Amino acid sequence: MKQTSTKQGSKLQPGAVITGKWHQHVYKIERQLGSGAIGFVYLTRRNGEPAALKISEKGTSLTLEVNVLQSLAKVQGNRLGPYLLDVDDWIAPDGRCYTFYVMEYVQGQAVQSFIERRGFEWVGVFLLQLLDDLDQLHEQGWVFGDLKTANLIVTAAPIRIRWVDVGGTTQIGRAIKEYTEFFDRGYWQMGSRKAEPGYDLFALAMVIINMAYPNRFEKGAQPKVTLIKNIQKASPLKTYETCLIKAVKGQYKTSREMKKDVVNAIDRQQKNKAPSSKQRQPNESRHLLVESGSIAMIALLYYLTSLILP
Amino acid sequence: MRKGTLKQILLITDGCSNKGEDPAATAALANQQGITVNVIGILEDEHTEQPDGLQEVEDIAGSGGGVSQIVYKEMLSQTVQMVTKQAMTQTLQGFVNQELQHILGPGQTMEDLEPEKRGEVMEVVEDMGETSDLEVLVLVDTSASMHDKLETVKEALIDLSISLNARIGRNRFSIFRFPGKRKSIDKVFDWSPKLDAVSTVFPKLTSGGITPTGPAIREAVYQFGKKRLLRSVRNEADIDEARQ
Ligand SMILES: Nc1ncnc2c1ncn2[C@@H]1O[C@H](COP(=O)(O)OP(=O)(O)OP(=O)(O)O)[C@@H](O)[C@H]1O
Repeated sequence: MKQTSTKQGSKLQPGAVITGKWHQHVYKIERQLGSGAIGFVYLTRRNGEPAALKISEKGTSLTLEVNVLQSLAKVQGNRLGPYLLDVDDWIAPDGRCYTFYVMEYVQGQAVQSFIERRGFEWVGVFLLQLLDDLDQLHEQGWVFGDLKTANLIVTAAPIRIRWVDVGGTTQIGRAIKEYTEFFDRGYWQMGSRKAEPGYDLFALAMVIINMAYPNRFEKGAQPKVTLIKNIQKASPLKTYETCLIKAVKGQYKTSREMKKDVVNAIDRQQKNKAPSSKQRQPNESRHLLVESGSIAMIALLYYLTSLILP
Repeated sequence: MRKGTLKQILLITDGCSNKGEDPAATAALANQQGITVNVIGILEDEHTEQPDGLQEVEDIAGSGGGVSQIVYKEMLSQTVQMVTKQAMTQTLQGFVNQELQHILGPGQTMEDLEPEKRGEVMEVVEDMGETSDLEVLVLVDTSASMHDKLETVKEALIDLSISLNARIGRNRFSIFRFPGKRKSIDKVFDWSPKLDAVSTVFPKLTSGGITPTGPAIREAVYQFGKKRLLRSVRNEADIDEARQ
């Protein structure tokens, strides 16, 4: 969005030092990690450890995000949102007051570039991981809301997909707080903006579709038809086609239902693939592709076994 | 508990008023009567700079107690939604701040609370935003320059009703255009909980070069009053109908 000058106020340069008004913690800004509709996110340090600091002039929006992070933190073994470290106000040299919060730095790379480098096989792994996280989140009475490719980070060792930005996270039954058009079922005229698990599952399907269509596509005069056709047309999505179509049509009421279908679909694909993958081609690039593919499959296998064995 | 109703005027325009009283003054009067005035200024795609006329957008919302935003038409849907919701939060926060002054003493606002306690207050504001009833009177500038933007405005308004109808609280929308044929504004769509049906009646034609923004806001405030009168005359059935 074309923001007016208001947002620029919370833009900081590397080296800037921020002292909290209430808790007196001192944070030195190292570099910018990202920016969005609400404000800016910077890399900083807290007690020597890297941390992410989000600052905004829209204090109320930040306060609501803090509420969500605090409530998610009560979940055991929380990975449903970055860990919250501090909340405070900063009085800028010009006398204005900005609210900021400091959270765990989720170090990793953007999911799109990860897929480009490591192969589309990883999509299955991430899909299952996200379905697990969504399941937990929904159990807690929340819907993530603004699930989109830009809010997903892949961490290394172990390779895991995680979401940041809980700005859209909404209590089940309420109106979705924040969304992004391409991932929003209301925009595709395929459902309401009420916070329910199906809302997230639609957005999740769009995340996967976005991986096959990095440049996305227009909705056209018949959004639903466009969407379904594009799912069917993309060969990388073949494995997940039925699941994705069911998800965008709102036929899954819970993440678990969808996960069951995804597990079966991957299973079926593995069985079909098994004999032919032995005939390797002499072509080197293809060789590499198969190699990285098999690594992903091992990861997937591990992941699946960890699910079956409690 | 029966929650209060928030009243908003949403003005969508692409330029400066050129007829009648100062729109910022009529917006201030509206605000005095408990109606928030929000303004969205639409920019032409080719424009690289903000035309001078759009300074007025900020002034009107400023004195109308509302929110303003200037956007390219591609971003209209998201903006209409954001502006409406932000204005609701702002109004509710105003109420809460008044209450806080009773508790904390005069001159105290939410910023004087520790961040930890602020969270609880914001939760109250959020609850109210979700559950309170909302009335939005949309005022669309249909002067000639708006011609190629009206289709987008229509879509954005339908989208707005999708967003707001996901809330627990009830909504009512009405749409007026200005300048009107004879009066300063003409009704396009009468008060209704949904805007889906607006497609067929939404104006495609634009009218002349005058932009009487001030008189249009004044008339819009009057429409709010008129509706209240009508409602008290009619029986409960009317209100029940809005519940559907
Ligand atoms: N805890 C974190 N660790 C690492 N990177 C982060 C973290 N939080 C945010 N980021 C980065 O900063 C970017 C912007 O942050 P965020 O999405 O929270 O801002 P926003 O203003 O809410 O944006 P949006 O308009 O996307 O909602 C993210 O896309 C991500 O790349």
